[in-house]
Amino acid sequence: MIAEAGHYALVLALALALIQSTVPLLGARLNDAALMNVSRSSALAQFLFVGASFVALTWLHVTSDFSVLNVYENSHSMKPLLYKITGVWGNHEGSMLLWVSILALFGALVAAFGNNLPLSLRAHVLAVQAWIASAFYLFILITSNPFVRIANPPIEGRDLNPVLQDIGLAVHPPMLYLGYVGFSISFSFAAAALLEGRLDAAWARWVRPWTLMAWIFLTLGIAMGSYWAYYELGWGGWWFWDPVENASLMPWLAGTALLHSALVMEKRNALKVWTILLSILTFSLSLLGTFLVRSGVLTSVHAFATDPSRGVFILAILCVFIGGSLSLFAWRASALKQGGLFAPISREGSLVLNNLFLTTACATVFVGTLYPLALEVLTGDKISVGAPFFNLTFGPLMVPLLIAVPFGPLLAWKRGDLIAASQRLIAAGVVALLAVAVVWAWTTRGAALAPLAIGLAVFVIAGALVDVAERIALFRTAPAISLRRAAGLPRSAWGTLFAHAGLGVALIGIVCETTWNSEHIAAMKPGDSAKVAGYEFKFDGATQRQGPNYRELLTKFSVSADGRAIGAMTPSKRTFTTRGSSTTEAALMSRGVSQLYISLGDIAADGAVTVRIYHKPFVLLIWFGPVLMALGGLLSLSDRRLRVGAPKPARAPRALQPAE
Amino acid sequence: MTLWFVFAMMTAAAAFAVLWPLGRGSRAALAQGTEATVYKDQLAEVDRDAELGLIGPAEASAARVEISRRLLASDEAERAAPVAARRGPRRAVALFALIGLPVLALAIYLPLGSPLQDDQPLTARKQEPPQSQPLDALIAQVEAHLEKNPTDGRGWAVLAPVLAKTGRLPDAVRAYRNAITYAGDSAERRADLGEVIAAAAGGVITDEAKSEFERAVKLNPNEAKANYFLGLAAEQDGRPKDAAATWRGMLEKAGQDAPWRPMVQAQLARVEGAKMPDLPEGAAAAAQNMSPAERSAMIQGMVDKLAAKLKQNGDDVDGWLRLVRAYMVMGDAEKAKGAQAEARQAVSGNAERLKQLNDGLKNLGLDG
Repeated sequence: MIAEAGHYALVLALALALIQSTVPLLGARLNDAALMNVSRSSALAQFLFVGASFVALTWLHVTSDFSVLNVYENSHSMKPLLYKITGVWGNHEGSMLLWVSILALFGALVAAFGNNLPLSLRAHVLAVQAWIASAFYLFILITSNPFVRIANPPIEGRDLNPVLQDIGLAVHPPMLYLGYVGFSISFSFAAAALLEGRLDAAWARWVRPWTLMAWIFLTLGIAMGSYWAYYELGWGGWWFWDPVENASLMPWLAGTALLHSALVMEKRNALKVWTILLSILTFSLSLLGTFLVRSGVLTSVHAFATDPSRGVFILAILCVFIGGSLSLFAWRASALKQGGLFAPISREGSLVLNNLFLTTACATVFVGTLYPLALEVLTGDKISVGAPFFNLTFGPLMVPLLIAVPFGPLLAWKRGDLIAASQRLIAAGVVALLAVAVVWAWTTRGAALAPLAIGLAVFVIAGALVDVAERIALFRTAPAISLRRAAGLPRSAWGTLFAHAGLGVALIGIVCETTWNSEHIAAMKPGDSAKVAGYEFKFDGATQRQGPNYRELLTKFSVSADGRAIGAMTPSKRTFTTRGSSTTEAALMSRGVSQLYISLGDIAADGAVTVRIYHKPFVLLIWFGPVLMALGGLLSLSDRRLRVGAPKPARAPRALQPAE
Repeated sequence: MTLWFVFAMMTAAAAFAVLWPLGRGSRAALAQGTEATVYKDQLAEVDRDAELGLIGPAEASAARVEISRRLLASDEAERAAPVAARRGPRRAVALFALIGLPVLALAIYLPLGSPLQDDQPLTARKQEPPQSQPLDALIAQVEAHLEKNPTDGRGWAVLAPVLAKTGRLPDAVRAYRNAITYAGDSAERRADLGEVIAAAAGGVITDEAKSEFERAVKLNPNEAKANYFLGLAAEQDGRPKDAAATWRGMLEKAGQDAPWRPMVQAQLARVEGAKMPDLPEGAAAAAQNMSPAERSAMIQGMVDKLAAKLKQNGDDVDGWLRLVRAYMVMGDAEKAKGAQAEARQAVSGNAERLKQLNDGLKNLGLDG
């Protein structure tokens, strides 16, 4: 009964979404409050039903009900409870159900907490949200139904892909989806503004928390995914410029640009049309990511043919929403009123620069990801665009952006003074140069660019600190006054500090890891030992162990530094008989923010094990950076104050640039 | 029945969600935000910042001017307050929620769902009597047991022939190997193992299978199955005389009542008589009614056609493998070797195909 009730709940959610996508628009047209309010109750009910459907599927997985095809294909009765639950979204159908559940969750949040929105704007936003939801409910029910039953159920399931049997699956996909889908709200707000034909600074105030929330989750989701790949895949890499990763990076870049341009719009009523366009683009890239990952087009263009209905359906959704919203944009954007004015050198100007670099970077990732696909479709040639391409295009774009980051917050609104800002950044520059000199003196090997890159990262961090120091007039007034000003500083300013500093921290991690990473690969027998980066690893031996649904070859290494034992590491290899595959469980040991990393390769007949040992200096900073950024976002989100961009009054009449 | 009751309750809840705001009139409409509120809050914010000294007095007054301008603009264009209730459209929506929603939901659900099928959680199913379970379920149970007790040789010995019968040949190979490891070596088991290895290779006695048969014969020189397959291996290697000798030896040693006697006799007659090779691929039914000479000609024709096709287009790795196998089965080792060399040359430009070819040749028992 639970299986069928869950199925029916999903159908009811679709029916409610269809009502929610039409009735409020009718209400807005007739200016009838009750009809517009239907959007609210139906959004809440829709979330309730799709939530019930998700809970039902989870229940079926937990009780190993193999009369449900999805459970049979992806579960196993001996799997630990945690993986039975996470396995719900460790497959195509279940993950799409999670996707729409989160979509409905955001709709319900707008319905529940959108009291500060004008009635017709809320009705429009929820209607657009319901269009997206309807399309995806149909997609699930028609092509990827998780509630399909088997008449004569088998006694045992086929088990979840062993690589996914990890705590990472519990965290990474929900986070990433909260980010991906969260941008649907800014998309809905943009479409609603275009439909209504009204767009002003208040709009940016209303959409701010939703964009910020989506951005925080996407940041954490990407960082978590990267860390998961790092420890689970056993290659010690943390970013592969893999198309799936790029698919999540593109909305992040566009979303970051959106956050900044929405800031200009809220504070200065400028960049309105551009902000709307970015809202559309960000969610379109999220949809594109969903399409790339879910249609199977990524592994090869030909995998598309294995299940054409799915790929074609998502492609159709993609075309309708991206094409539709861009046409709406082309039709209505010219009618939007011009916003505030500003000089090229000003806070607004610096944010425009930020947007230019971020969107260009996003475009290079887009080209690098889709060009091989397009080429394969057109000519049948298979090429792979990898790290060298991205290092040569994405890298150089990031350098000027990072140099510009500390300048932005120091420039005044409307018209800024670059020389004054530079003077205030001298301290940061000096610290950065010192860092370059120290790193240069300290290291004897590695790329010559590395110390410069670290200097740049230090400049970004110091610049973020200088900004706050300037605002609270640190060292210029009495400490008591500075403290009072610090207390009065909006939390969003602290948010900026953390987010920008996080960028620098991540960069330090990336540079150190890629430049001074040491690696040692050897076939080792029990009793052998290896030396890597001053640490000695002694292979003590291997034992076999039986896990709940796998057998495990557990090896033990004693690690010592300068002859002093500092602990043991136990990398292992797990063999899953149901799927006939095995996974490598790498062992990690943190030394400060650096890590030692051991993973096992093939096992030879004579008992020798191929072992990869890495020493990864400062590697943890790569993920501390994004966590800091997310913390900054959270601080900014918690700041419910209004944002005001106080413009600097002109001293002398000067020609102003139009905003758009 | 419970299920339909639950469906009815859910549908009622969904319809209620649509009806509820329709009945509440326009009091709810007052609870809405306006742009003016945002700008007024912004003005208050400027005052607070100016007081704290976070922005200078000049900037503060400029900001106030800007925000006031926006406030004025928003007042001009403030959205018109909702008008009195539109009874007609509201009734239409209410009617749709009451009738259209259930109809729509059922119209979508009924073709997709299986309302007559109950939940079947595993714990409930495990209590069912075992005889009602199909063979697959029993196999799964034994496999689950062996997963936990991989050294139970008897279990493997029981499971292996069942797996072989259900067509899970690679699993059967593994099961026989485990049975030999944990339940002891025997000529019979070695012969059975060799048989499934050969079956998994599509009937070709690979080197791997052959060595199992040889071990079986070492353990028991009179092991019928192993001897029979060794004969077959000799024939496939292009030594029909050795095959005939092996089989004749079997017939001489065995009693008259050996159950396999007729089959071996038939095989012996085949290699000694028309030197009739097996059909390389399919067409067996068509060949059934032909005379040996006709059949031989037909096969020769098919093989020649395949060879000619591959000369023109050498990309077809499967085709090459088929050709090599056909020559082997026909006992023509020279031609098989020739085809092998030709195949290597044809696909040498493509590393992937070459690997595929070598793997295939290895499976046929030829060196890779």
